[in-house]
Amino acid sequence: MAGTGGNSRTGYALLSPTLAVMGLALAAPLLLLAVTSLKSQAGIGFADGWTLAQYGEVLGRSSYRILFARSVGISAAVTLVTLLLAYPMAYFVAFHARHKFAWLIALTIPFWTSYLLRVFAWKIILGYGGVINSGLLRLHLIDQPLSMLLYNPFAVVVTLAHAWAAFAILPIYVSLEKIDRSLLEAASDLGDGAVRRFLRITLPLSMPGVIGAAILIFVPTTGDYVTPSLVGGPAGSMIANMIEVQFNRVGNWPLGAALALVSMVLVAVIAGLFVTAARAAAKAAR
Amino acid sequence: MSFLSISQVTKAFGGLPVVNAVDLAIERGEFFALLGPSGCGKTTLLRMIAGFETPDSGTISIDGDVMNNVPPHQRPTNMVFQSYAIFPHLNVFDNIAYGLRKLKLSKDQLRARVDAMLATVRLEGLGGRAADQLSGGQRQRVALARALVREPKLLLLDEPLGALDKRLRETMQVELRAIQRKVGVTFLLVTHDQEEALSLSDRIAVMSAGKILQIATPRELYERPNCREVADFIGEINFFHATVREITDTTATVNAGLLGIVTLPSANLGSHGIKRDDHILLAIRPEHVRFAPDGVAGEITSATFLGERSHFHVKIAGRSEPVSVSGNAGPQGSAVALIFPPERLIGLPSAD
Repeated sequence: MAGTGGNSRTGYALLSPTLAVMGLALAAPLLLLAVTSLKSQAGIGFADGWTLAQYGEVLGRSSYRILFARSVGISAAVTLVTLLLAYPMAYFVAFHARHKFAWLIALTIPFWTSYLLRVFAWKIILGYGGVINSGLLRLHLIDQPLSMLLYNPFAVVVTLAHAWAAFAILPIYVSLEKIDRSLLEAASDLGDGAVRRFLRITLPLSMPGVIGAAILIFVPTTGDYVTPSLVGGPAGSMIANMIEVQFNRVGNWPLGAALALVSMVLVAVIAGLFVTAARAAAKAAR
Repeated sequence: MSFLSISQVTKAFGGLPVVNAVDLAIERGEFFALLGPSGCGKTTLLRMIAGFETPDSGTISIDGDVMNNVPPHQRPTNMVFQSYAIFPHLNVFDNIAYGLRKLKLSKDQLRARVDAMLATVRLEGLGGRAADQLSGGQRQRVALARALVREPKLLLLDEPLGALDKRLRETMQVELRAIQRKVGVTFLLVTHDQEEALSLSDRIAVMSAGKILQIATPRELYERPNCREVADFIGEINFFHATVREITDTTATVNAGLLGIVTLPSANLGSHGIKRDDHILLAIRPEHVRFAPDGVAGEITSATFLGERSHFHVKIAGRSEPVSVSGNAGPQGSAVALIFPPERLIGLPSAD
């Protein structure tokens, strides 16, 4: 058993830089956030004593509930749209492309630019005097610029879906690439046409990639702050914008902290339910 | 027309012909093997029969229907893949039931058919086992059951025993043969293992470089190979250069160099159109060479004990390659004499 003890010591030693960073940069701030959420604001400081009042406020007020629901809704829409767009691309590269590496590079080139730059690019495309509106005006398809393109949830979904596409393509590509081609031949041999074969073999076997991609997109987009504040307008603002307001403008840190923690728990619960449901669905699809 | 009829089928990859104008006829209920070294085109031929490759020219027909433009999922064939291709996300039952789902059987009918097939391949009670909990032999059985449960007209097996260890392979050979007799389906096996082909099949086609060299029963292939390559590929054999002196209806007299002047039945020269003065090869199996005092003198250079018989290499003067002999004799270094019974010598056309 001495060897095992030595091994685990070596293991901890190797992990220690990571553990230190995680401790300082993640656990400590989170703890601080939790402590803050149990206080109440008094002027520029906190009042003495502990209280659950912030959580009552967060859960009780309908405007916050609407914001939570909208954040989850927009994020779910972004996840769905991204997966639907990314899957065919990943499928093409995995099964039909000749120069796979070149294709992967080409697909990820847009993501070499800054996230902020891409959000601004969409502002220019969707804006009042933007590419789409001026194009449509020139073609005389409309005589007034459309205002429904920007500053709403639609714009947020479009912008986020584009911004996160690479994070969906890559995991789905990897899981498709891993599928043993003889399994597909076996399915054909056993009587499946292309569609049935896709639904019974390719899709279930690529589910790990799809689930991974969904989590990778859903979790960060729910808490996204930049995109809704730049292209969302009042109707497209999300929970992170409210958290920012509480911390920076209203100066109610405990309420901001409570909002942040509740949204974190919410995302974790939804992601957990999603993974469970996806696993069950994959099992049921025979 | 034969049950499976392949006529002038050619397939090239990148300009190189892999299967070259192959003709093949297999009868219903046969256990047929395509035997050849790797790269001889046997797997490509099998994949064309399954529908995974399309012939460049020629026709493939099964039970009278031309298959060239029929996609794999509509062919009356099923395949046991070399890797077995067990669906990893399904358990044993669902793997076997995979090809039956489309038939819209009732739950009971489906279960009955899968259970019967599980019994046939001796996997009773393992229906709920996950794919990744199967041993190599079990995977092979699942692959076989999954293909047979669809009651194909023709079962294709691509090196089905290649991934198993020697002992399991021998057990599975016996079982495979028994299963084929039981279900009566035509089996077409592809293998590079001559022992497997010889012990399993009714008939064998030996392939090399995209061509079929000989189609015959195992015994015929072994005793009457029609060319040097087949003789070489099936078991071990010794070759001697010889020149034909005289041929009559019943006997042929040849000058076999080291072996002297030999008279053998002219039937042993086969139907190659060998004529007087032709240079030929005389071939003889190791177990047909005999140790006897009045034969060609030689010395044992290696002796391998194999139980009932031993295997020897005997060096004889004037010949660079040792002669392979199977029998009983002294240890390495012993002086021996060899006899080559004329009725056991097979005449083959010399390549040069």
